This record gives sequence, structure tokens and C-alpha cells, in this order.
Amino acid sequence: MNELVTCRNLTKRYGSKFALNNVSLSIESGKIVGLLGPNGSGKTTLIKILNQLITPTSGEVLIGGSPLTVETKAKISYLPDRMCLGNWMHVADAIDFFADFYTDFDRSRAQDMLDKLHIRPSDTIRAMSKGTKEKLQLILVMSRRASLYCLDEPIAGVDPAARDYILSTILNNYDPDATILISTHLISDVENILDEVIFIREGSVLLQSSVDDLRIQNGKSVDHVFREVFKC
Amino acid sequence: MPWNLTSDRPIYAQLIEKLQLDIITGHYKPGEKLPSVRDLASEASVNPNTMQKALSELERSGLVYAQRTSGRFITDDQELIKNTRNELARMQIRDFIRTMRQFDLDDDEILHLIQEIMKEEIE
Repeated sequence: MNELVTCRNLTKRYGSKFALNNVSLSIESGKIVGLLGPNGSGKTTLIKILNQLITPTSGEVLIGGSPLTVETKAKISYLPDRMCLGNWMHVADAIDFFADFYTDFDRSRAQDMLDKLHIRPSDTIRAMSKGTKEKLQLILVMSRRASLYCLDEPIAGVDPAARDYILSTILNNYDPDATILISTHLISDVENILDEVIFIREGSVLLQSSVDDLRIQNGKSVDHVFREVFKC
Repeated sequence: MPWNLTSDRPIYAQLIEKLQLDIITGHYKPGEKLPSVRDLASEASVNPNTMQKALSELERSGLVYAQRTSGRFITDDQELIKNTRNELARMQIRDFIRTMRQFDLDDDEILHLIQEIMKEEIE
């Protein structure tokens, strides 16, 4: 297995507040990894740094051994934790937008998935429910052939049936050579699809482990372990 | 058949048990081709890597064999399937006996109850 993401002594500071504090970790390719932590623990900060939306205060990030550049950006497919498409857009606009932006975007794959959900190219985003918007955005993001998918809270705020749909979409589009980094605090919903988990608290990595090892060591679900570790 | 996975034990171990059960109950017939890793993973809603691990384990035990280009098949070895079935039955019975002994039943009482209930089940 080769190392896809490497963070060394990564720190992001806002004034006196550390959003990330000296984080060192590595993520291999071909894995589905859960980035788990309570609200405000630094999950989104880490994902935004990987996607070059914010720059670290200090420390280093490598993607496939190279520092962050436009080239590494092209290899990462990013699902933000909020809607990134304009409300005025039609589905067809959103598809064109992704096809223009990303050379690795597979238009027919996206179209197939949207057809199955009866989302029409002429539908406007403004008129969509929260769940449908989430699904649309996820379909666009998963229709790229990237090396790394960063999914920030893909299942937050949607109903259980939509969650199942989103998780199966992630699995069905998962290319075994790619890595998927999923940030969430809804652990019981995702833990069966994860290879590995990273627990993060107040900007520091508490633990990184394979899910099966964690279960064997504790005789408990990841959700249980999380509740113990992060007990308030 | 539903996969019914619980979160407190490693998933791959549960996948192995489920597939073994499907083989010994004849849901998958000897010599039959298994669905692809991706399809099985999607059916069970698990990570394909985990399904891959479970299938590799079944290959090691001989219950499943891989043919280089055409996929994975259930073994034709009826004897092996029978042995696996007996091994799983032994495990279940061991668990059962342990529980009954916790209930403070002695062995004669356990045997007696089993025979009694078996008779009821026939009727």
C-alpha cells in the first residue's frame, strides 16, 4: 500500500485558538477512512487544508508525495459540508459546471444515477429538498475519477433512507485504488463501511486504527468506543 | 437472505460466517459461481476491501476457490462442506451447553429436555 496523504506537524491557528494542533498522520490509498470527532474538533479544517481552501499556519501536507499544488487539487474530489452550487442553477447547469471544471468527470455516470432518482436536468436547485440537494452534490462528486475523495459530513441532516442511498452510492462508485475520507459524527451509520478511523479532538489526533482492530481490542462497536472516548 | 451485521464484532468475521452458512445450507450450490466482490459488498452494504478479506479467508479454508479470470466458485468438495457444517454445529451446541450449565442444569436434565422438545417439534 502506498501513502496517499501525509500530514506532518500540521497546525492551523486562528488568533490564539488552535483549530489543528501539530497533527501528523498518514492515509494509504485504497481505503475508506472515517474522520471522526465532535463538533469543532478540526475535521472540516483538515479537509479544507487538503483542498487548499485554507492554508496551514505551519507544517506540511503531501498528496502522493507531492506538496499541495494545482496538480494535487485535480486528484481530489471534494464534497463540502454545505451546498456549493448556485440556487439558480438547473441540474443540467451543475453537470456542465462539473464537466467544465474537472477532466476526470464522468458525465454518463452522473446522468445514470440522477435518472434512477428521477432528478431531471431541468430541475432547479432552488426547488429541491435538503436531501435531494445532498444527493445531487454527492452524485457529482462521486462521478469524478479521483484518487482521493474528501466527503465532509455527507449524511448530516438527511433522513435514514437518504443516508442508506448516500452510503450505497459511495460504495458503488468506490474505485479500489482510491481513498475516501469521510468526516462525520454519525458513526453508527458509517462504521460498517470503514476500513480505518481517525479520532480527532480539539485539533489533535487521539487515535488512528483499523476498525476491526478497534472492535477486537474493545469488544465494542466504534460508536461505543467513540462515546466513551468523547464522554462529556 | 439479509446480512444482519452487528457492530461490536469485526465485520469480516461476520461475513465469513454468513457465507459459510449460505454454502452449507445450499443457498450457494457446490461448484456455483459467486457474485463479484463489488456486488456482494453492495448487497451487504460493506466496504469491498472487507468483503475481499472475508473471501480470501474462505479461499484459504478451501470452501471457495478463485479461477484466475472468471471469478470465485464454491468448492465441489462435498466432504469439506459437510465437515464445515459439522464444525459449525459443534460450535452452536457447545455454546448451548455452556448456557444450559449456567442455568444450573445437569447433563441428564439437558439431554432429557432436548429429547422432550424434539418430540414436541415433530408433532
